[in-house]
Amino acid sequence: MFEVIQKEMIVPNLHLLTIKAPEVASQIEPGQFVIVRSHQDAERIPLSVADWDREQGTVTMIFMVVGKSTARLARLNNGDNIPTLVGPLGKPTVIENFGTVMCIGGCYGIGSIYPVIRKLKEKGNEIITVVEARSSYLLYWLDKLGKLSKKIKIITRDGSFGIKGHINCLTEIMEKEKITPDRIIVNGCTYLLSKSSADLRSLNVPIVVSLNPIMIDGTGMCGVCRVTVDGNTKFACVDGPDFDGRLVDWTELFQRRKQYMNEEAQLVHSSGCGGGHE
Amino acid sequence: MSKLDLNRREMPKQSPEIRKSNFNEVAFGYTKELAVAEASRCLQCKKPRCVEGCPVDINIPGFIKCIVNSEFTGAIRVIKEKNCLPAVCGRVCPQEEQCESKCVLLKQGAPIAIGRLERFAAEMEVAREKFELPEKNPPTGKKVAVIGSGPAGITVAGDLIMLGHEVTIFEALHAAGGVLTYGIPEFRLPKKVVNREMEYIQRLGVKLITNFVVGKTRSLQTLLKQYDAVFVGTGAGLPWFMNIAGENYNGCYSANEFLTRMNLMKGYQFPNSFTPIIRHKKIAIIGGGNVAMDCARTALRLGAKESYIVYRRSEAELPARLEEYENAVEEGVIFHFLTLPVKLTADQSGWVKEMECLKMKLGEPDASGRRRPIPIDNSNFTMPIDGYVVAIGNSPNPLIPSTTPELEVSKKGTIVADLETGKTSMDRVWAGGDIVTGAATVILAMGAGKKAARSMHEYLMKN
Repeated sequence: MFEVIQKEMIVPNLHLLTIKAPEVASQIEPGQFVIVRSHQDAERIPLSVADWDREQGTVTMIFMVVGKSTARLARLNNGDNIPTLVGPLGKPTVIENFGTVMCIGGCYGIGSIYPVIRKLKEKGNEIITVVEARSSYLLYWLDKLGKLSKKIKIITRDGSFGIKGHINCLTEIMEKEKITPDRIIVNGCTYLLSKSSADLRSLNVPIVVSLNPIMIDGTGMCGVCRVTVDGNTKFACVDGPDFDGRLVDWTELFQRRKQYMNEEAQLVHSSGCGGGHE
Repeated sequence: MSKLDLNRREMPKQSPEIRKSNFNEVAFGYTKELAVAEASRCLQCKKPRCVEGCPVDINIPGFIKCIVNSEFTGAIRVIKEKNCLPAVCGRVCPQEEQCESKCVLLKQGAPIAIGRLERFAAEMEVAREKFELPEKNPPTGKKVAVIGSGPAGITVAGDLIMLGHEVTIFEALHAAGGVLTYGIPEFRLPKKVVNREMEYIQRLGVKLITNFVVGKTRSLQTLLKQYDAVFVGTGAGLPWFMNIAGENYNGCYSANEFLTRMNLMKGYQFPNSFTPIIRHKKIAIIGGGNVAMDCARTALRLGAKESYIVYRRSEAELPARLEEYENAVEEGVIFHFLTLPVKLTADQSGWVKEMECLKMKLGEPDASGRRRPIPIDNSNFTMPIDGYVVAIGNSPNPLIPSTTPELEVSKKGTIVADLETGKTSMDRVWAGGDIVTGAATVILAMGAGKKAARSMHEYLMKN
């Protein structure tokens, strides 16, 4: 069993979960993920890792409540135990001294891009961080990210903080401020990943996206996470999760992510308030 | 000499009409009367050829003799001298190719039903709710790590714990049993049977650590610093696809995914379980082995109107066990022999809706000794489907080989190991089961585990 050390809602619908898992904490690198199960009968869900403490033996994930399984995870309390936290899975994000790296984070990706930025900084890169959210109340960790970044740009759709707009106003900002990155790394929802890849491909630099398809085992056994990259089928769990966004078949990925939408809705409705299963 | 009894006793089963809509075990198993009657047919050969056919050398006439005398505790004791998983092997071993194929009564068309008797002996032990724990050798102080809790790993662990070593199994998934747990369906191998066997080896003293991916959570090299010897039994891993257009459309699965959702994640109970599954109406399973039969029969139980097996050779070449093929036919699985899928098409939202196939004919035998299927020109036709499962095999799990450069692997990705001892190119590392042979059977993996355990024990006692 794995103990919940800290559980808090950091902004509406986004939760931070710190779990005691010394073995995983000792091995994990930026860009890797873990698979958790909240209860003995729970689904296995992959979560990006936002931080860890090797000495304390903990890993921290930030996740959004999207369905039944994440809702059950969000109801955990400090001191609870979960039956599964396995990892670190996937390949770490490739981090070298690239020069100037633009790091884009949205949603849970604001958290998971943090360890990427931290290591990029250690390797001597200059970092330009872009954070995107619907509104100011969904922003978090700006101080932590700001301290490591040469510049931090914040975009909110309602303009309640930073620049008003969407990720699609990024090219304009870059032109105005003469930002010319040598590499771009994006963490967040599939829409953010695909949109960034489309808008920024003319820069002719690698656009590293951390994909988040459906997974079960996370060790290459089932193949549900397959994505088409540059015309070839890849398993995101073992070949990724990072790929060059310019080569990803986004239409297919969006379709595959929707495979169980009806069944997931059924699960939320059929089990009432959700309190009965614990 | 008394007249030979050639009446091979059938095992009572659920009728096809009933069982095709439930996930309960197909076979009920022998009653005491049937078991004793079947056992009494055994001629107790002086040189029992059946034992030669058993990869783990069970004293078959010995345990059968016990059943004849209604000494059921004695029967299971004899089996467990060699086999720590009798309830599993009695159900899933291909006895018709092994022990039963050597039975002298085969010529008369009625070999002793050894598998059914083994299953019976194991079930009698459960019914008594009293498991005997055998006497173990005194502790040797040696520590062994076993990677993977499938048939090979369980066998190694079970044998080495008896010999007095300290054994820890590392399992990547959250539940132990490997393919017995994630792969083989409930109706063929109830999970309570697997859990029971896992509990048994833990009661013998084996430590089980789940949620632990060797190669990721800890490297094999690090394990070697902490243990005197390591056994790698990580099984068949990466599923093969047909590599035809459209296989990533929604509704298309590997057999591993389809079965893992159902078995490991209890998808067949959805929405009373939490891992979603889709109830397909017309589903095509590609392949002709036991795994393909499992998928096709699972789909029927989930309410599919039509469940097809699409196989590129003919009925005669079908690699599945005859019993599984017959069960599938009885339940209404539709077989398309000499048929090869070439392309899938989807609807506007990316869901598979049609499979284009080619008709095949059989040519000269190929390297496998089976007649090679050859496409017939212009024989293309389409089948409307809403589900598609590829069950043509797996390549070995690459997690350990890819993170352990010292470990020699073949072109196919299997770990190179001595077939007699399981020794790999790395000092103090043994391997066996599907990770060495490519996808095979439960009992062959157990046989490899036996050999490796013997060699590991020899090494541990010398060093």
